Amino acid sequence: MTTITRIFETMEYGPAPESAELAEQWLAEHASGFDHFIDGRWSPPSEGVRFDSVNPANGRVLGSISQGSSDDVERAVRAAEAAREGWWSEGPHHRARVLYAIARSVQRHARLFAVLESMDNGKPIRESRDLDIPLVARHFYHHAGWAQLLDREFPGMRPHGVVGQVIPWNFPLLMLAWKVAPALAAGNTLVLKPAEYTSLTALLFAQLCDEAGVPPGVVNVVTGDGRTGAALVAHEKVRKVAFTGSTEVGREIRRATAGQGKKLSLELGGKSPFIVYEDADLDSVVEGVVDAIWFNQGQVCCAGSRILVQEGVAGLLEEKLRARMETLRMGDPLDKGVDMGAIVSPVQLDTIRELVERGRSEGAEIWQPSWAIPEAGLFYPPTLCTGVEPAGTLAQVEIFGPVVAMMTFRTHQESIELANDTRYGLAASIWTENVNLALEVAPAVKAGTVWVNCTNLFDAASGFGGYRESGFGREGGREGMHEYLRPDPDSGEADPADHRAGHRPRSSVTDGMDRSNGDSEPAPRSTDGLRPIDRTLKLYIGGRQKRPDGGYTLSVLDPEGRRVGEIPRGNRKDVRDAVEAALKAQPSWGQAPAHLRAQILYYLAENLEARREELETLLTGGAGLSPEAAAREVRLSLERLFDYAALADKYDGRVHATPFRNVTVAMVEPLGVLAVAASDEAPLLGLISTLAPVIAMGNAVIALPSNTFPLVAHPLYQLLDTSDVPGGVVNLITGPRAELVRVLAAHDGVDGFWGFGSAEEASMIERESAGNLKRCWTPGVGQPNWLDTRQGAGERFLREATQVKNIWIPYGA
Amino acid sequence: MATTRTRESDRSVSDPEVDTVPTPARLNPGMPLELDWVRDLRLNRSAVERRASTLGTRRTVKKRWQAAWLLKAVSLMDLTTLSGDDTAGRVRRLCAKARRPLRPDLVEALEIEGLGLTTGAVCVYHAFVPVALEALDGTGIPVAAVSTGFPHGLSPLRLRIAEIEASVEAGATEIDVVITRSHVLTGNWSALYHEVRAFREACGGAHLKVILATGELGTLTRIAQASIVSMMAGADFIKTSTGKESVNATLPTGIAMARQIRSYRDRTGFEVGLKAAGGIGTAKQALQWLILVREELGTGWMDPHLFRFGASSLLGDIERQLEHHVTGRYSAHHRHPLA
Repeated sequence: MTTITRIFETMEYGPAPESAELAEQWLAEHASGFDHFIDGRWSPPSEGVRFDSVNPANGRVLGSISQGSSDDVERAVRAAEAAREGWWSEGPHHRARVLYAIARSVQRHARLFAVLESMDNGKPIRESRDLDIPLVARHFYHHAGWAQLLDREFPGMRPHGVVGQVIPWNFPLLMLAWKVAPALAAGNTLVLKPAEYTSLTALLFAQLCDEAGVPPGVVNVVTGDGRTGAALVAHEKVRKVAFTGSTEVGREIRRATAGQGKKLSLELGGKSPFIVYEDADLDSVVEGVVDAIWFNQGQVCCAGSRILVQEGVAGLLEEKLRARMETLRMGDPLDKGVDMGAIVSPVQLDTIRELVERGRSEGAEIWQPSWAIPEAGLFYPPTLCTGVEPAGTLAQVEIFGPVVAMMTFRTHQESIELANDTRYGLAASIWTENVNLALEVAPAVKAGTVWVNCTNLFDAASGFGGYRESGFGREGGREGMHEYLRPDPDSGEADPADHRAGHRPRSSVTDGMDRSNGDSEPAPRSTDGLRPIDRTLKLYIGGRQKRPDGGYTLSVLDPEGRRVGEIPRGNRKDVRDAVEAALKAQPSWGQAPAHLRAQILYYLAENLEARREELETLLTGGAGLSPEAAAREVRLSLERLFDYAALADKYDGRVHATPFRNVTVAMVEPLGVLAVAASDEAPLLGLISTLAPVIAMGNAVIALPSNTFPLVAHPLYQLLDTSDVPGGVVNLITGPRAELVRVLAAHDGVDGFWGFGSAEEASMIERESAGNLKRCWTPGVGQPNWLDTRQGAGERFLREATQVKNIWIPYGA
Repeated sequence: MATTRTRESDRSVSDPEVDTVPTPARLNPGMPLELDWVRDLRLNRSAVERRASTLGTRRTVKKRWQAAWLLKAVSLMDLTTLSGDDTAGRVRRLCAKARRPLRPDLVEALEIEGLGLTTGAVCVYHAFVPVALEALDGTGIPVAAVSTGFPHGLSPLRLRIAEIEASVEAGATEIDVVITRSHVLTGNWSALYHEVRAFREACGGAHLKVILATGELGTLTRIAQASIVSMMAGADFIKTSTGKESVNATLPTGIAMARQIRSYRDRTGFEVGLKAAGGIGTAKQALQWLILVREELGTGWMDPHLFRFGASSLLGDIERQLEHHVTGRYSAHHRHPLA
């Protein structure tokens, strides 16, 4: 036994074990195996298959978990479907009470949850006790509030119905809370599939749901591996899928759900930059790195795994980091004085080892502290990699372990370029004492969350989610609630006259020179009796009219099959050029003052009105619309332009009330480059109704006009030219729709896609978009009625054109 | 434990008086004022506060380890009385407590007779230096005197220097001086440097402990700057507070100062001590400070030559916690002898 006198000399910390007694007792009660939680009851796996959940710190088996079969998923979804009506009819206040009860219940059992989480996942008890579980409770409290306020804050919105949720193993209960709380607050019912390595706290949670008054079937937990998750997300009754996990699986889910009309939110991987400027408080930076990459053993999707440091202080920072790494403590996750616990699984540990070795073989210098890691259990030491090239594995690949790569930069411009030199965009951390610098860099970094002089701070009031291939959708805050709501389909204006049908063009597009009935519309003679001067319609790319790359033309035929005009046949190269032009134009357009964008939209309206007659003639003569319908299209188009000119400088950000001394700014940023495949219906109004919100919010767009009457694009060219819309902000391409849509949907430079075509087209867009996980708005069936101001316009359009970036700025001198 | 002390430095200047000082520690020779270093310093308050708030949640000591750490806290204590109504009798009682800080039965139960535990020093006003010296005769416990117009430090410089000299002459081996806060508040680093330098010279072979009165300096960056300038001017210890400011020793302040001590060590090789004074009254707080010192400076600093608590009521709480460790029952104040 170490004597007090001896400790007095060495000043060792000694062991400080958290008791696992009650957790052990709970596990012992379930020694015969854990069941699924379906319809408020424990339900054994239909195929009788179970697998072990293992404590990664010591290899001990904690329990036997049910492997969910498709039959189990079926039963759970059916239970959720059956509970849907009842849960919705309970009303907002009742749901608020239930969520409040869950929050209180989590608090009452906080330590049991924390101990169980640490045993199952391997994370230090300090983290599960002080971060995971308090954030879980906070999340349910916050969403008890949204539940209460649902009608007032989200009028005209309805839940999706049954929600399928698949969560990862790195923050098992916290990810459950991020999914379950907003789903319930919005009135959905759900089936949750925890990660196979870490199901225990979800099962304990299910046990508490009953006590908290959650009606049977509202929350269902089906355990199992990836197959169970795949069955869940593919289930046709699941109307909304929420997934947190790897980008690869996210892509699979995107493809698997393509064309099913499901709302999807994906929170995926990251390779988040941690940017250190020379004027930063370097000692605090070091602690920031500890929180960024050695928190939860680096198994954090938003881990600051790339340190970008200004060259002049790189040496000093490295020295300080190494010294700090020597004092990190690794060991039994249940020891209260441990900084780092175990890696969740042997597979994950192998991945980490393999990636670090690959980095080493590429020439990176790998440094680890001198202390030895525990011999038993799945441990990996904190690792600092220097000499990493931007193209290197360690700089590009998400390791999901306690491994950080360090690179240098010279100027802040270069730091932004390096920060954005990744396909991910989940988070970023910026360290400087210069507020001017911080506030220049924060908006320039492509990331859903930016922490200034801090890192890995989370709160239920602030939405969390990614840019680029880190996924789409937000969890937390008002922005997160929208993921679980949809517009009430019955809330549109009654249209007794059913004008809608009258806005479908009766024209069509045909290939080649073959005219079905041989006739061309005789070109009307001008007033002086001469043949009008021939006009050639081109593509509109980069603010210029361009001949199509292929050099072919398509004919537009009127309802009688007579040729009323020709359109250029754009091809993949024209799409490529248009995206290039959009990429070039978007940054300055996005940064232009909203007031300027508003002025340009008003100017567009001004010029559109001047061409009212020409447009009406085109719509009646070419598309076969009635004069009334044509007039209505033009009038409503003008209204739309006014709408979004008005909103351009009013749809702005918020300051979230997060419980720290900081300002959490929710900035509304444009998505970037958007593709729009316009509706066939209402050829002018449908196009204007999408272009206006998209450019009002600072995006650049590549639009494909109505497939039945693409001629409508022609007058727009001159309109755009004369209204000061900068070249490249709006690009219009005509041609074979499916071919163009496919190229655009697969293009990695396009950030989002609005497709208002057929269900098949929507399906194709969703599937092809998986490559770079672009955000899709593809209603397929259930197209908005453009004539209806509640469906064809409004905040929804702005939300779909933007993404929220939360910037956390702590203050204090 | 002296082996964990100062690292040899190329920059060290040999001080002829060092050998006559009764403590084994070498005095900080100081260095020329380096203004770039001072002006480039930046501390981020929020980040430092986050660190401070998790020090006690990331580390903890239990059972025998906790007992040993609390005993360490006792050994690092400048048992202090600085009141207008101090008398010789009060100082003698304090010294008796410094010699024997724990009840003998506790010492026996903890099996620490071999430690010969005493407090780190006794800290009094100049007038009581002789009484304290007499009461501590033969124990090796140093007597510290507060000086230089304590606590405000605004008497004429000439008198402040004379005050130091008088206390050194009276036998104090540690002098706790206060600085002119306005030098810090106006960024007059040269004035601060020369003031502390003058105190250093007046101290001769005695240890110079420079009180920054951090509660009156406004920002952590100012505190860090004052720390560095004091060390450049030859402070052997930098100390948070007089105990008379409305805000005394706080953990963020301690982190700010400890980190400057660290960079001064990295740059000069010389190890300067830290003294946390004022507002530390519980065993729990003492443990948090020890964790801070261990985490930010290392175990080498957990030694009376490099870390001190300035405290008057802390010992009482530590005694109760130690009794609880021994008996398993919670203790009461009146069961432990008064200081």
